Amino acid sequence: MINLAIEVGKTQAPEAVLFWILGPLAVLAALGMLLVKKAVHSALLLAWVMITLAIFYIAQDAPFLGIVQIVVYTGAVMMLFLFILMLVGIDSADSLKETIPGLRPIAIVAAIGFGGLMVSLLGRATLGHGLVGLQVANTNGNVPGLADLLFSKYVWAFEVVSALLITAALGAMVLAHSRRLVARPTQRDLSIARFRTDSLANAAGLPNPGVYALHNAVDVPALLPDGTPAETSTSATLKARGDVIASLPFQLEQLDETDEGEK
Amino acid sequence: MNAANYLYVSALLFTIGAIGVVVRRNAIVAFMCVELMLNAANLAFVTFARINGNLDGQVIAFFTMVVAACEVVVGLAIIVTIYRSRRSASVDDASLLKR
Repeated sequence: MINLAIEVGKTQAPEAVLFWILGPLAVLAALGMLLVKKAVHSALLLAWVMITLAIFYIAQDAPFLGIVQIVVYTGAVMMLFLFILMLVGIDSADSLKETIPGLRPIAIVAAIGFGGLMVSLLGRATLGHGLVGLQVANTNGNVPGLADLLFSKYVWAFEVVSALLITAALGAMVLAHSRRLVARPTQRDLSIARFRTDSLANAAGLPNPGVYALHNAVDVPALLPDGTPAETSTSATLKARGDVIASLPFQLEQLDETDEGEK
Repeated sequence: MNAANYLYVSALLFTIGAIGVVVRRNAIVAFMCVELMLNAANLAFVTFARINGNLDGQVIAFFTMVVAACEVVVGLAIIVTIYRSRRSASVDDASLLKR
């Protein structure tokens, strides 16, 4: 019996260089995923880990899986994650304080125990043979070799997986679909709503947001002739998000006129 | 270098992913940590395929990728549905069954 950790087989020197550069970077990026506050940064670090793993696959005589890893994971899956992050709110920073008291120390201790168990298990495991390598299995090429297995020994799993893909696509469509609760207002409905109200104050449309010499943006309400801010001039979405700036500093009496006499 | 070093990296990544699932509260980040665990398992499959000299491990890793893609699609759809009804993507807020 040969010890896996000692005698599993030596690899070529270039691969060792690749591993010792990319391996620590992958682990650091994975740790960074836990520590960064914003979900987008986590997603980018995870994309880096996945690219590293793709390079590892290619280095380990699995070129097909390496390419599939890049196309499926960093291409499709991470893009999907970023899309959902944009939908759910990119600025919703995760609060890092623990809501269940004592959860974090317990989780870290349990994880260190689990990781130590895995590493010591790998260090003690015996396989009975050294590193065989894929030179023989890949004689006809990696992709034909995989195809031979996929369409003979694993053909049933392949068919089941195709059913799973269709089910997942249908499930996502059903989950993401939402029915309109009220009918979409037509142009006629909007026009009636504008003119057949109590006052005709907004009949010509809502006022534009404030445009000032020092600040030109949609987040400041315009000023009415009497100097009060026009509340209807800013978007309701900005108000709900709390992104509206008070127009008070831009009012005429509030402007700094101390250097008027020097001119 | 020893080919078993890949297995150590795989074990470390899996452990980090497991911590993330427990510790992070944002459902999307927890979900990304699940993806990290799946990737770590894939690395172990590919490494064992190389150590044992047959392609079965690579085929299993391929199946894992397909299943992970399905899982991501359905999981993200669930997160979007929860967000739509609760305006929050935190796993702590979806605790209706507790009360």
